[in-house]
Amino acid sequence: MMSSGPAGPYSALRLAWEALRGHRHWRPAWRSVARPRDAYRVVVVGGGGHGLSTAWHLAAEHGITDVAVLEKGPIGLGNVGRNTTIIRSNYFMPENIRFYEHSLKLWERFEQTHGFNAMVSQRGTLNLFHSDGQRDQFARRANAMRIEGVDCELLDRDAVKRLVPLIELDNTRYPVLGGFLQRRGGTVRHDAVPWAYARSASARGVDIVEHCEVTGIRVEAGRVTGVETTRGTVRAEKVVLCVAGHSSRLAEMAGFRLPIETHALQAFVTEAVKPCLDCVVTYGAGHFYISQSDKGGLVFGGAIDGHNSYAQRGQLPMAEEVLAAGKTLMPALSRLRVLRQWAGVMDMSMDGNPIISTTPVGNLYLNGGWCYGGFKAVPAGGFYTAHLVATGAPHPVIAHFALSRFREGRTIDERGAGPYPWAH
Amino acid sequence: MLRIHCPFCGLRDEVEFRYRGDATARRPAAEANEEAFFAYVYARDNPRGWHLEWWLHTHGCRQVLKVKRHTLTHEIAWVGLPADAPPEDAP
Repeated sequence: MMSSGPAGPYSALRLAWEALRGHRHWRPAWRSVARPRDAYRVVVVGGGGHGLSTAWHLAAEHGITDVAVLEKGPIGLGNVGRNTTIIRSNYFMPENIRFYEHSLKLWERFEQTHGFNAMVSQRGTLNLFHSDGQRDQFARRANAMRIEGVDCELLDRDAVKRLVPLIELDNTRYPVLGGFLQRRGGTVRHDAVPWAYARSASARGVDIVEHCEVTGIRVEAGRVTGVETTRGTVRAEKVVLCVAGHSSRLAEMAGFRLPIETHALQAFVTEAVKPCLDCVVTYGAGHFYISQSDKGGLVFGGAIDGHNSYAQRGQLPMAEEVLAAGKTLMPALSRLRVLRQWAGVMDMSMDGNPIISTTPVGNLYLNGGWCYGGFKAVPAGGFYTAHLVATGAPHPVIAHFALSRFREGRTIDERGAGPYPWAH
Repeated sequence: MLRIHCPFCGLRDEVEFRYRGDATARRPAAEANEEAFFAYVYARDNPRGWHLEWWLHTHGCRQVLKVKRHTLTHEIAWVGLPADAPPEDAP
């Protein structure tokens, strides 16, 4: 009974039972659907973090189970499997703090909700500052967060050194003055996230169709009626695009353009070493962030390559810049070998913030524009996208993420970089 | 590493240049409507394929160049001056 099907709960008892039976009776975690049906109430395009989270929230929160998730490859191989696994809610704009804090709260109970070990680890995220101006800016951000009831604290040099001995405080280029710490931030095992959502959504009746690429969007009289796929036409009352990195291409199929450019973001992992870094650290003087995976590898990344790119591989100039920043901050890194380097392609929006919105086409919804920050937003992104699809109107918490903000001059420019996606 | 053939300086590494975005966005006339300005400032084709874009040769001749580059393969088909247009037979 305990191994009765994909939806059976995981537990220590079941693990012991299956071990006794030689681990021969585990079943796939979700139903594999080879071909989509002719029609669904909702079609979700994209089986990444946001697509699967949206599908599960549609089923669990709104009772809409007549849902298909169409994924062009296997699930989990896009950006949800390519990020640096960081979760946090340390934003400055109040509307962003509220959204990302909701996401962090959902991460805190993610494993209990799905009965799936995602190795959610609230090891803290530490942002370093290197000048008085930067410290003042972080103090202001800390106050903005505390007004919203979110935890954060400013650390002086000694406290930074105690927390992360690896950091070279007096590095010659940008000595560290202190840090900005959110203790509830941390990391999540990214691969487990799509698996957990797929399993929970599938158990509630959602069809997950892999190797099914959407090649066209059917629009009649200004309303979406379905999608063309490599596995036939699928009619749908509502269609949601959750394809960050490729949102512009899907929008083009539906006949409109987006305030988005696609850029490549690289990440790196070193050989595994003994535990030496129990906190996520970001370097305030360069674009660099690092953490240690539970396997022991140091996982780190930097800024986007800086020119439009759909290539899921990085260029050398940014690799050099990231490695230089890392070695400045933690000279000990120079003894390690980089094991792998890869890249994902991002929807870089014109104000550096995501889009969860209705579109110019009726019943067609968009979840995209995630820039660097899509992974930590997966739970809340799915929650609010599902709400938007189910009710047809945006929840007040995400009303500011509407596509119309660009036309109406209400952009949310957290960084203040202007409409230059490569500068965010 | 991209290598861009600057018409003034010759073949140079990407690190000498600064990217300045989509070269097909054209500023509309001052009296144009809101839709035209929205399209100019924000809306982008963002193609997965050939892309016409600006590169500023910051650490070279400081000229703004127009480059036709493929966003998936990074192949560069043509480099010209701001007022030029790529030839019809370029890919």
